[in-house]
Amino acid sequence: MNQALWIAKTGLDAQQTRMEVVSNNLANVNTTGFKRTRAVFEDLIYQNVRQAGAQSSQDTVLPSGLNIGTGVRVVGTEKAFTQGGILQTGNQLDVAIQGRGFFQISLPDGTLGYSRDGSFQMNAQGEMVTASGYRLQPALTIPQGAQSVTIGSDGVVSVLLPGQSTTSQVGTLQLADFTNPSGLQPRGENLYVETTSSGTAQTGTPGLTGLGTLQQGALESANVNVVEELVNMIETQRAYEMNSKAISTNDQMLQYLTNNL
Amino acid sequence: MDRLAYVAMTGAKQIEAAQAITANNLANVSTVGFRADLHEFSQVPVEGAGYATRVNAVTEYGSVDFRSGATQSTGRQLDIAVSGEGFLAVQAPDGTEGYTRAGNLKIGTGGILTTAGGLPVLGDGGPVAVPPNESLAIGRDGTVTVRPLGQGTEALAVVDRLKLVRPDAGELVKGSDGLLRLASGAPAPADATVTVQSGVLESSNVNIAQTLVSMIELARQYEGQINVIKNAEDNADAAAALLRSPSV
Repeated sequence: MNQALWIAKTGLDAQQTRMEVVSNNLANVNTTGFKRTRAVFEDLIYQNVRQAGAQSSQDTVLPSGLNIGTGVRVVGTEKAFTQGGILQTGNQLDVAIQGRGFFQISLPDGTLGYSRDGSFQMNAQGEMVTASGYRLQPALTIPQGAQSVTIGSDGVVSVLLPGQSTTSQVGTLQLADFTNPSGLQPRGENLYVETTSSGTAQTGTPGLTGLGTLQQGALESANVNVVEELVNMIETQRAYEMNSKAISTNDQMLQYLTNNL
Repeated sequence: MDRLAYVAMTGAKQIEAAQAITANNLANVSTVGFRADLHEFSQVPVEGAGYATRVNAVTEYGSVDFRSGATQSTGRQLDIAVSGEGFLAVQAPDGTEGYTRAGNLKIGTGGILTTAGGLPVLGDGGPVAVPPNESLAIGRDGTVTVRPLGQGTEALAVVDRLKLVRPDAGELVKGSDGLLRLASGAPAPADATVTVQSGVLESSNVNIAQTLVSMIELARQYEGQINVIKNAEDNADAAAALLRSPSV
């Protein structure tokens, strides 16, 4: 039937997806370590109705052809791994990464996840875990009765045990880095998993080989720019309305046709 | 049936095609770097025996609107917008060279710089491979500079220079994949005078007011064509009624 109706429908679909992405960014404005996403649009293939330059007779050619675009699609959603703001919390198990890198989290299925959320807690065994209870990798156990925990900017974790005057080192935090962090796949719970496009994880000591440094007692806030998202939302809404106007106009054309013939 | 009805039918059909082009422009109102398509009608006289009274309308894919779109600041280092005239060169899946204004680039598999759709962006000598880096900057002339991982600002390295071209707008045609190419099929030479801005994106250049007005105008024209068909039908009815009426 009328092609324009279906083309305008792709526009509505795309704007709807964009609105979902914007809403998700806004919903996560207070999520620790959240990275904002943006929807990327691309025009769909063009339908070649009449080829420009084709012979219209033995010795004449068509000066121009007719290509009709078939709409738009969302080609991807892209995470922006820019640094979020650093919030001081004073909590000794809160760690923020300043610069590149991800914490490695051991998932229940044995695979590794990567996260920028450094709001760690302790489980019953004294192990450092995420808010969901997943263990940090390599595992770190804080001995029972530790008076204080200190995490250095290079990831060295030391504790002060009762009755002792010097601190003792219990392990180090390592960071993982990727060639293309935008290629990581977000899987919820502030976690990302590795894909072919992200490249393999390269682990290292914080502060060395381009990895960021750690800051204890601080958290990284979401990098969502609220003003930008609200402007995006307005733009999306208007674009949605225009595409819906295209549908109603074409509907009226068809209505006129059926009513009058 | 009166030939009038067929002439009007061609008109209505072509308006539907033009309306599809308009709807496509509206659907791509927020596609980065999109260039609006223009439509135009041309007349094709029906030749043959009899008077040359019938002229059909045929929709032509006029050309592409090459005006620049508005720029929006994103601050992302891999977002670039071509200032003024000019295009980025990318490699289409069939190996040919295409041109686009969509500068929302990303790093693909193996560190290759690609467009959002995954097409490799061309540099001086083919696709641009970006080594692992701490920061990347794209200069005004398209030079890609990186600070390699773990090294200071003294180790900045130039990776490549993006191929920027400025072919004559009249020579460019849009392919079915949405990329622009030279009508001759040959690759365009790199032009050192084209500049890009980093951290900004160029939005679609679809003029919303104009497109909406054009859509309404086409809808009214469509109604006009339908009225002509209706008139042709009425004429035929009247003629039939005359023939039916008892002769004196």
